[in-house]
Amino acid sequence: MTIAAATETQARRTRWGTGSVLPVLAILVLLLVAIAIRQPDFYDPPALLAFLKRSAPLIILAAGQYFVIVSGDFDLSVGSLVTAEVVIAARMIDGDPSATWPVIALVLGFGLLVGLVNGLVTTLLLVPSFITTLGMYLILVGAVYTWTGGSPRGALSDEFRQLGRRGIDGVPWLGEIPYAVLILLVVAALAILAMRADFGKMLLAVGDNPRAARLAGGRVAGVRTTAFVISGGCAAVAAILLGGFGGVSFQVGAGLEFTAITAVVLGGVVLGGGRGSVVGAMLGALTLQTLLTLLNLLGVAGALASAVQGLIILTAVAIGGLRART
Amino acid sequence: MALASCSSDVPAASPSGSASADAGGGTGETSSFFVQGDYDNEMALRTASATGPGDKPWEQALNPKNADTAKYKKAGPYTLCFSNAGVGNPWRQVGFKNMQAEVKLHPEIKSFQVADAESKDDKQISDITDLLGKGCSALIVSPNTTATLTPAVEQACAKVPVIVFDRGVNTKCPVTFINPIGGYAFGAAGAEFLVEKVKPGGNVLALRILPGVDVLEARWGAAKVAFDKSQLKVVGVEFTDGDPAKTKTIVNNYIQRFGSIDGIWMDAGATAVAAAEAFEDAGKPFPAIVGEDQQDFLRMWQDRKLTAVAPTYPTYQWRTPVIAALKILKGEPVPSPWKLPQPTINDGNLAQYVDPSMPPLHYAMCGCSDLPGYPGAWGGK
Repeated sequence: MTIAAATETQARRTRWGTGSVLPVLAILVLLLVAIAIRQPDFYDPPALLAFLKRSAPLIILAAGQYFVIVSGDFDLSVGSLVTAEVVIAARMIDGDPSATWPVIALVLGFGLLVGLVNGLVTTLLLVPSFITTLGMYLILVGAVYTWTGGSPRGALSDEFRQLGRRGIDGVPWLGEIPYAVLILLVVAALAILAMRADFGKMLLAVGDNPRAARLAGGRVAGVRTTAFVISGGCAAVAAILLGGFGGVSFQVGAGLEFTAITAVVLGGVVLGGGRGSVVGAMLGALTLQTLLTLLNLLGVAGALASAVQGLIILTAVAIGGLRART
Repeated sequence: MALASCSSDVPAASPSGSASADAGGGTGETSSFFVQGDYDNEMALRTASATGPGDKPWEQALNPKNADTAKYKKAGPYTLCFSNAGVGNPWRQVGFKNMQAEVKLHPEIKSFQVADAESKDDKQISDITDLLGKGCSALIVSPNTTATLTPAVEQACAKVPVIVFDRGVNTKCPVTFINPIGGYAFGAAGAEFLVEKVKPGGNVLALRILPGVDVLEARWGAAKVAFDKSQLKVVGVEFTDGDPAKTKTIVNNYIQRFGSIDGIWMDAGATAVAAAEAFEDAGKPFPAIVGEDQQDFLRMWQDRKLTAVAPTYPTYQWRTPVIAALKILKGEPVPSPWKLPQPTINDGNLAQYVDPSMPPLHYAMCGCSDLPGYPGAWGGK
């Protein structure tokens, strides 16, 4: 199958079939309607922007994870990478405002580097990505733990934290436009552009059938590696926003890899690769956050919220699976 | 049943389901962990006066009853062994550094053997067996869990004097058990502060880390007693997993839902800063808030003039087992159980605990500033 043929197959799939964003969009609209009934205030522009601000890191992580998943791999290292980045940033900045921008550059560089290593180990050493990134997860957790002795040192400067916490003030009607939302828009635009470009088509082809893509002359290893680099970069951006939002913590990235994968799957992207759009993945993350907000508004306690979340996700994916078979 | 007296309230269907219920409601059912007798004991200990040197709370004891240790008397130098449950959080990190530094103060300790169980019961059981093969003069144990570690501790008691601290075991065989007053006293200190500071009918949000851990259940159990007797409305009881971003999101959602939250109660203060920031970011005034003795919270409290209180579970308790072990090996009597004071930080004594040179997650109540290696070994400048 040529790249063109693969893209064509993708287009031919029905609008409600696997890989479509319509199901997740339908769930999202249902959730938003439920929220509107329960809490009309939610739709005040400032409240809505605050919600987007809180959702931005997960949406960015889901976008990064999408690139890896659609090419047929997994990135289980993003949660530990987020934690590592925040801890590194705190120690490097140590409360000094002038260190803010160099450290942001360092954090981004480190994220890209971790992605590159994940990609090279997976494609050159032929280690399954599940194992590669699980190994990276353990390395990062262990290294951070050893480096800090379990108690993060230093502090993030207020300037660093602005990106995740503050925004452009005094905008008429909207109130404050959070920087996190602006960053989210940039990342989303770049992700969509990347998927529209040849790179995106190649990525889909690789995920759909790597052998065919290779025979068709595609640089499979290069494309897969790039996907990991993008995922690492997105994790770095998410870390900057999460560190800004919540502050230094050892817990900040815990479990995020699974939340991101869940979001991607909820967005109609098929595990194993080849199907689904990056818009779907990001909508999946937004839907997940909306679901959590709704459960909170309904007064569902934390422990039960996890169970309800799990149930809804299983149902969503199972329906997707049944749909694919018919 | 001791529990019967506490279950007269109609339990809410869900913690926040009774937001509109009468004042004092919304706290849910009484946990099966709640033991009235233990609660009464801890409430009594809060007002007990401590014996021992006033400037060294880790050597003080509340209502001490001494155990005779003459049969353990032994000439030095000693090999001291320590089976640690783990160092998986900043509280245990600070504590373990205190213990290592305390050991350095005593030249009669020839060797200090430590096994880290990495929060695994099975590893700790084999750790204790391994340590006993290393010629320990005495064994200190900080158990990972109570019931599972009991047989291993009993086995060790047959060979060497054993000192248990922090979390307990279900046996009387250790020479002494060392810890501060406990979870009920901790939880009550925060809840009583809110009852005093928040106007009647005010909204209180309770934030807990996770369910099912005895010390945390005790903290919430005591707070529930105080809230149920009060005029406050507990609008939610939520679990945060100790994650600041999650905490901030939860608090934000509650601010959105109720317009205002007047008090925040916490079973541990690690995410207190995140909770307070949620109000700042939403452009709301800070509520009355319960934190803990971590530096980031104390600094914020001082900078922003919060209405706050910090109950503590002092990390200085990690020094005491070393002191106890040496007393036992010298045949001197030791308090058993050894109950340490559990101070509360308030506006009056806040200034003496704030230290900008220490890391944000450092626990101020470490009693470590006179120890060798301070402040560098604790991450300070």
